[in-house]
Amino acid sequence: MSTPRHDLLRIALFVLAVGLVPVFSNSGVVLNFTMTALYACLIAQAWNILGGYGGQFSFGHALFFGTGAYAHAIAQMQWGLNPWLSLPLAMGMALAVGACVGAASFRYGLKGSYFALVTLAFAEVFRIVATSVPFTGAGVGLMLPLRESAANMQFASRAGYVWLVLGLVTLALLVTAWLRHSRFGACLQAVRDNEDAARAVGVDPLRVKLLATLLSAALMGAAGAFYVQVFQYIDPGIAYGPHTSVEALVGAIVGGMGTLWGPVLGALGLHLLADLTRNLFGQLPGINMVIYGAVLVLIVMFLPRGIAGLGQFTWRQGLGSGRPPSGGKEPS
Amino acid sequence: MSTGQALLDIRQLHKSFGGLKAVQDVSLQVMPGQLSALIGPNGAGKTTLFALMSGFLRPDRGQVVFDGQDITAQAPERNARLGLTRTFQIVQPFAAQTVRENIAVGAHLHLASRAQALAQAEAVAQQVGLAPQLDKLAGELTVAGRKRLELARALATRPRLLLLDEVLAGLNPQEIAEMIPVVQGIVRSGVTVLMIEHVMQAVMGLASQVWVLAQGQLIAQGTPAEVTSHPAVVEAYLGHGTAERLRQRAAGAAPHATGAGAAA
Repeated sequence: MSTPRHDLLRIALFVLAVGLVPVFSNSGVVLNFTMTALYACLIAQAWNILGGYGGQFSFGHALFFGTGAYAHAIAQMQWGLNPWLSLPLAMGMALAVGACVGAASFRYGLKGSYFALVTLAFAEVFRIVATSVPFTGAGVGLMLPLRESAANMQFASRAGYVWLVLGLVTLALLVTAWLRHSRFGACLQAVRDNEDAARAVGVDPLRVKLLATLLSAALMGAAGAFYVQVFQYIDPGIAYGPHTSVEALVGAIVGGMGTLWGPVLGALGLHLLADLTRNLFGQLPGINMVIYGAVLVLIVMFLPRGIAGLGQFTWRQGLGSGRPPSGGKEPS
Repeated sequence: MSTGQALLDIRQLHKSFGGLKAVQDVSLQVMPGQLSALIGPNGAGKTTLFALMSGFLRPDRGQVVFDGQDITAQAPERNARLGLTRTFQIVQPFAAQTVRENIAVGAHLHLASRAQALAQAEAVAQQVGLAPQLDKLAGELTVAGRKRLELARALATRPRLLLLDEVLAGLNPQEIAEMIPVVQGIVRSGVTVLMIEHVMQAVMGLASQVWVLAQGQLIAQGTPAEVTSHPAVVEAYLGHGTAERLRQRAAGAAPHATGAGAAA
């Protein structure tokens, strides 16, 4: 078990290393790759908070992503809000949606596949609503006007976006590090591993799961806002479609759920793989989803604890502390 | 014993599952500072009664009063905060976490600081003899180790009443002999303990008060000696007509038949 200082030190090193990339390179390819990979890290880490540490597998994290994206776009276009102000607003809106969906699902004790289905259904409902109501631009979507300036969160070079998303990733990493070394995190992991046992020692599962949902949703909302800011366009398919949900959960699962660096590794690895295959197969639309699916199957079969679990596994073996845990009792 | 206020007061509890009456009209009072035991054959409803007391199940009828406060059907997490904690017969470790982290979850009930909770976990592990295993994963412990962990995690919540569900079950005689002083130590430290035991012999030397449950009903209560010589108890364990036969044999020549109750 690493200490809080350990985790913070590693996060600082990570931020420093990645933050220096735009300083040493102004190649569009490198910056673009860094930015999109960091964005993938952000959504994987957001999912990891609820899925990895809370054991609540959401199949509809696009729900929070899309809500953040629309809130961010609408606040700027309709109300003329500065994007630096609408970013927290977007996070707040995603958080509010998280509160409603979380309260409804956990209040009625939905777990496992039921929770997964409910989140999936909610995301679909939001997608359909977004296609039909006028203030989201319906099927046409919303186009953010181009007004390039740092004050307007529209940067001349990709470097600005790299630093922006790096800031959000850092926030996600800090939240995760806090989960690893706090009372709340201990309670959350206890509920994940065995809800009845947690209740017997005084943990309120409803409260704990709901709070984790809020954290996860807010970060996902930030990712949505970031997306809109970079691509300056959002429509119901992008916002609430399954693509983002899948990318978030695959990144976290492949990398290693319930670890600090797993989702970062997973998102990065998948991103490399997707880029590589895109070069091999040309612009075959949706080829990255095929890859994600294949990798997910392989990882679940052969590395159930993800890439991060690989390191832990060999380390434990090296210590000779016997066979790795098979998990004992499966969390229900 | 003085007739002070009971720490836990169960009044006419009823619970049925479909047609099965798991607990019928059970009333009992647990006095503070004591170690008492609830015994009975398999399927007697002991664990159901525990679940009703701790809030995991809602009784059909009846009342659960803890320290003068009505806690009937109150959620287990709230009961834990009041000082009523249970363990599980089928141990429920947080398997992917270390022993230290497991116990710390219990300690967090009253301690917000992670460092303090981890320190408290170490102290509790010492108390139940788990100190050498602190950094092992809970899933790697032996059955005896897991029973201790179950106990430790509950103890870390600083309970006033500890409900122990068969902490001795599945242990070998050697392990039982090691576990008994641990339980006694807990009582000495001021925690009231109510334990479920299927193995009668184990609790005979421990408990000051024993209730016997059979087919959902209380059939006897009293000191261990009183209970084991009770005809209804002997029959519940050994079958209908046994008490009569034993008495006849005892009247004949055999020294004492009460020990037969322990054979179950």
